[in-house]
Amino acid sequence: MAKQYNAGVQDYRQTYWQPDYVPLDTDLLACFKITPQAGIDREEAAAAVAAESSTGTWTTVWTDLLTDMDYYRGRCYRIEDVPGDDSCYYAFIAYPIDLFEEGSVVNVFTSLVGNVFGFKAVRALRLEDVRFPIAYVKTCNGPPHGIQVERDHMNKYGRPMLGCTIKPKLGLSAKNYGRAVYEVLRGGLDFSKDDENINSQPFMRWRDRFLFVQDAIETAEAHTGERKGHYLNVTAPSPEEMYERAEFAKEIGSPIIMHDFLTGGLTANTGLARWCRKNGMLLHIHRAMHAVLDRNPHHGIHFRVLTKALRLSGGDHLHTGTVVGKLEGDRESTLGWIDLLRESYVPEDRSRGIFFDQDWGSMPGVFAVASGGIHVWHMPALVNIFGDDSVLQFGGGTLGHPWGNAAGAAANRVALEACVEARNRGVELEKQGKEILTKAAQSSPELKIAMETWKEIKFEFDTVDKLDVQNR
Amino acid sequence: MSSVADFKQEQQFETFSYLPALTSDEIRAQIQYIISQGWNPAVEHVEPEGAGRNYWFMWKLPFFGEQSVDTVLSEVEACHREYPDHHIRLIGYDNYTQSQGTSFVVYRG
Repeated sequence: MAKQYNAGVQDYRQTYWQPDYVPLDTDLLACFKITPQAGIDREEAAAAVAAESSTGTWTTVWTDLLTDMDYYRGRCYRIEDVPGDDSCYYAFIAYPIDLFEEGSVVNVFTSLVGNVFGFKAVRALRLEDVRFPIAYVKTCNGPPHGIQVERDHMNKYGRPMLGCTIKPKLGLSAKNYGRAVYEVLRGGLDFSKDDENINSQPFMRWRDRFLFVQDAIETAEAHTGERKGHYLNVTAPSPEEMYERAEFAKEIGSPIIMHDFLTGGLTANTGLARWCRKNGMLLHIHRAMHAVLDRNPHHGIHFRVLTKALRLSGGDHLHTGTVVGKLEGDRESTLGWIDLLRESYVPEDRSRGIFFDQDWGSMPGVFAVASGGIHVWHMPALVNIFGDDSVLQFGGGTLGHPWGNAAGAAANRVALEACVEARNRGVELEKQGKEILTKAAQSSPELKIAMETWKEIKFEFDTVDKLDVQNR
Repeated sequence: MSSVADFKQEQQFETFSYLPALTSDEIRAQIQYIISQGWNPAVEHVEPEGAGRNYWFMWKLPFFGEQSVDTVLSEVEACHREYPDHHIRLIGYDNYTQSQGTSFVVYRG
């Protein structure tokens, strides 16, 4: 029998709290951490989040009766305590797949992290994890190429790749910048990288930079016999300028370009990733602004969700933190989102902060990029944590070598290969790291002096955003 | 400046080319690693001028399912005897990732 229209305000829980609901395989599932305002009970706040991120508004409207609300509404189907924190709880919400445009990460996030994050009934709100159903994953373009294709293009097998961000990050002329690129590539790195702040400033316009850098790549390839690349940053004020830069990079023969997916925006990123697939260009992704969104344990979007957004939107590399360097990153949690980038199926694992099984189907994997405050002494731990499908980027750890960039690059390359060779022999890297590096340094004066230069540098601060675990 | 060393440029050969030449025990350990990863060992060779090509000459076929380190090493040696002036590389084909799990040059021509 058809429902009757009753104007007015009713509790959200009547419509959006449904503890007996069994999620469908096609539902998009989300886990929010809710910190409610005082006096608002759990079910009502959780139902409000489900409502405001799907079909609901604050009052009943007659047009609700023109559609099948039971088909379209999001439902909160489970509430859980947060281990070790009484101020908040987890709410699990299921959204029907037809709430979202196919292949649009933009549309998904406009709903899930839209108005609801400013909703007065919650004091703070954090999106902890999202399960994208395989039916939705298959509508997304994903990484332009992925790990396997990049290895074949770049001829890099059986080891992590090495990179370096060129410094000083602002102020070099194009020709001097190209010199720094040439030196790190000829010394043994696979890639160098534009700093994310480098776009097209008055001191170095993009076209000049691209041309000198390409000259550096080709010269380094000729002098080493190895394949090289430099992430040319095409992040730009407008999509038209972004594509203009990307087209030019392709025209001059660069193998890879770079984009900042959060400041540039998900629409720009998805478009660029599709262009890269069509034009045979690898795509390196930087994540400026992520810590604004993901660092507060009670509010924002967890990085594992941003990781999933990027894999769906498209990129061949993504920065993930280093665990051991100068930037924030809990080890188990980092291992969780590295899996989300690279594996084809990632099971629920609360010890790594993963709340849902995630099936990626045939979507290509993304290289994990570890960058920021790392040097040769970190190499054994980095190889152990990140494995082969990663890019380890030593900026200061290459350019700060007392003998210059090429020597710094060679030191890193020797250290990397020594660690991989030892790992393959069954040596435990993090226990034997010092012995491995010391032995390798006997035949590499560049590594020996790098080890002496950075011996005492450590970054041991406590992590701000920890996994939620019972600690009382 | 006297404390700064000049960097001597050399041609390189991707993975492991920045280490001293591997000893035969070290090569055996890498072959054992390829086998224990479940990969298929293979040997390729090329004249030095052709080193930059994607496709080197295959030595026979990949050794599908081969479990013996001795057998793989003896094929590397046989290829080296046949083509003493060629670069020779050892590959581990990973049929799960449809890529090469590893690849490194054992002999430089």
